[in-house]
Amino acid sequence: MRRTTLANGLTVLIREEHTAPLASVWCWYKVGSKDERPGLTGVSHWCEHMNFKGTTNIPRDQVKGIIEQYGGSWNGYTWIDETTYLETATRDALDRMLFIESERMANCLYHPDDCESERTVIISELQGGENDPDNLLDQELTATAFKAHPYRHPTIGWLSDLETMTRDDLYGYYRRHYVPNNATLVIVGDVDADQALRRVDRYFGAIQPGAAIDRIRTREPEQTGERRLTIRKEGTTAYLKVGYHAPASTSADFFPLLVLDAVLTGAKGLNLWSSFRVPPPQRSARLYRALVERGRASSVSGSLMPTEDPFLYTVSATAKTGTPLAAVEEALLAELDVLRRDGITAAELKRAQAQLRARLVFESDSVTNIAHQLGYFETIGTLDAFIQAPARIAAVTLDDVASAARRIFPASNRTVGWFDPLPSGESLKSEV
Amino acid sequence: MDLVSNRHTSDFKLQTSARGLSPAHAVLPNGATLLTKHTTTTPAVAINVAMGAGSAADPPGNAGMTWLLSRVIDRGTALRTAADIADELDSRGITLTISVTRHLFSLVCTCLADDFEPVLALVGDILTAPSLPEEELATRKGEVLTAIRQDEDSPAVRASEALMALLYPSGHPYGRRTKGSTAVVESLVRDQLLQLHASRFAPTELTAVIVGDVERSRAADAAARVFGGWTRPAPPPLVVPASAPPAAKQRVVIPMMSKAQADIACGFVAVARKDPDYYACWLMNHVFGQYSIGGRLGDSIRERQGMAYYASSSLDANVAPGPLTIRAGVNPANVDRALASIDEEMARLVRDGITQKELDDSRRFLIGSIPRALETNAAIANFLQTEEFFGLGLDYDERLPDLLGAVTLDQANAAARRIIRPELSTVVIAGPYQG
Repeated sequence: MRRTTLANGLTVLIREEHTAPLASVWCWYKVGSKDERPGLTGVSHWCEHMNFKGTTNIPRDQVKGIIEQYGGSWNGYTWIDETTYLETATRDALDRMLFIESERMANCLYHPDDCESERTVIISELQGGENDPDNLLDQELTATAFKAHPYRHPTIGWLSDLETMTRDDLYGYYRRHYVPNNATLVIVGDVDADQALRRVDRYFGAIQPGAAIDRIRTREPEQTGERRLTIRKEGTTAYLKVGYHAPASTSADFFPLLVLDAVLTGAKGLNLWSSFRVPPPQRSARLYRALVERGRASSVSGSLMPTEDPFLYTVSATAKTGTPLAAVEEALLAELDVLRRDGITAAELKRAQAQLRARLVFESDSVTNIAHQLGYFETIGTLDAFIQAPARIAAVTLDDVASAARRIFPASNRTVGWFDPLPSGESLKSEV
Repeated sequence: MDLVSNRHTSDFKLQTSARGLSPAHAVLPNGATLLTKHTTTTPAVAINVAMGAGSAADPPGNAGMTWLLSRVIDRGTALRTAADIADELDSRGITLTISVTRHLFSLVCTCLADDFEPVLALVGDILTAPSLPEEELATRKGEVLTAIRQDEDSPAVRASEALMALLYPSGHPYGRRTKGSTAVVESLVRDQLLQLHASRFAPTELTAVIVGDVERSRAADAAARVFGGWTRPAPPPLVVPASAPPAAKQRVVIPMMSKAQADIACGFVAVARKDPDYYACWLMNHVFGQYSIGGRLGDSIRERQGMAYYASSSLDANVAPGPLTIRAGVNPANVDRALASIDEEMARLVRDGITQKELDDSRRFLIGSIPRALETNAAIANFLQTEEFFGLGLDYDERLPDLLGAVTLDQANAAARRIIRPELSTVVIAGPYQG
């Protein structure tokens, strides 16, 4: 992989992959919902939407089709630490992809009519998410687990902020954060690295750097006691989530905790763009055996995300119809207590390492996925940790896992959330 | 600087020809079909084994039986306990995904190339000799019942299932819920599942696709060892009748007042995969509800009016004519406006047709996306499985650009008039909306 920094501060990562006549271009910005202040929650994600609405040199009505004419796909996403945009298309579209991303960085329009139209699209996205009780519980659990750090508010934002934010709020935020010295451009595919770098310089070299960004410096204070919440709302199914404050991806505890999660719920790998589309191998996992095999839950999952600041390790379970949430919680916490007390076995460590090794291979099967991984870890400041991931996973010992478990799983570090469904009052109305 | 005009003139056909998949195809003496493709992108192998035994084969009155079989089939065999299977999969980091469509029952996984032979043997054992232990069946039944209850709480699922039941009434296989009802699932017993397996699973119905870092001969040898010795008579062919299109406009509201967003599903019975109009329908639908963000529908409902996070249409051509479905998720206050916009777009499509530019744009996109669609082992395996199921030919990936290229504007617009009948539309709205 070639790594370069342009004079304006843009970090460029290029990796040649000649397995298919394709190239994937990702432009990453070090801005996410943790950079948002009260009153502007959701602004990062809204800006992401606005950055598909035309630029000085890409008229609004020509956005549609600009990459499709190369058979290409495009997308973007926003999360707590980052905002990113991608195109994957045939290699001859490289210039077009670089042009689009350079325009996105420097010349987006933010037409007032488009800002208003997108307000309701985003509120619709928020409401679609709220239709899912599991999603609603996740949002409430995170807001309860964090009381100070901006990880506490959802990336999509709070409804009242989405209703009141102005075009100037959006545009000002865009101008402050969409600068080359706050971005990483990644190219992976059937390209010549030297040639690609020259093209990058042509499209991005003249964009002026921005002022240093004044980041929110709040750290989450240590949690000193268990927190609980219960959502009671119409529904058919009960859900449980237990969240523990967990280490950032730079911490020495991160890879031991990744192994620990594999032992509890099956290995997920490290690619949040692709890994979670295939469920983990979990039939032998401790929590699967304790909850699903014993008939208490219909599913269980664990989530440990690589993040810049300490985030959460969350275990989620769907209670089987007829099983009280208290019984699911009791069984789940009992397993975590055993793990905290006794650690894991050598056989479990070996299996978890084998699973993670396989997942790292499976999740790097396309130029799009490889480019995602490079940009994601560069943006959260741990590209080295990602590149060394196979070795770091292989080096995890039983003691490492045991000490990580002792630090993570005290009751005082957890937040317990219930979605306790109320009977439905729905009815069917039909007109023919 | 005019950098956004279309200056791209590459010949995608040449690229896809150069990349032609050219899979190896074989039929074993017992009738099982084998497709293999050697790739070296990653040291991994995608295994995709499908049995022509989807939910359309559910016995009358027992919708959901095939789905329940899919939940328990991998929990014990004549040779292996559930714990043995769990250990074999988990120790190699493998997730075995078992899915059921209307016509196929599929076992899909990706393994490291070093693990290929034992994993294929495991997949074969699961598919051909399941033991369906009683205690496993009881546990999986509980999971399926919970999943059905979850579906009942989802406006998107409720709208979609109700639409299919209206388009395919009277117990038609395409109108039934794949997971079935709680009453049926509770009533099903082990002997019924064993009987279903014995009557529908046979080598003549099996297609094994292997794509990845194994030489063709190695893949073929392993598949012959795993599947070649299995004997069972071919089941009688499954006949799926065509569904008579609804004779009148239908509209159903499923109020779910505690939800935040309403889901709209609107549809028509469209075409079978082998219908001569299929490619014209595909392109027409792509213009209407797919291109970029949801085609014309997305343009109107999301981009211009800001009413929905998603608005699109899909075409699910199948053995019998499948549906063309329009979907949108909207704020309850916007349901009527969104429905009016869908009606307007349907009327415009039928009245004015699509334009030559729209047709060319969609065609260029679909042809140009072939290399991307066939990049990963799993995607190639899925493509080959579809190719075999519908009898599209081993060179389908190479012929596809020509098949799309041959569609004329008149054909695409005739397809629109044939399928989109606004006066006979079926609409379901599920969510916080009373109608």
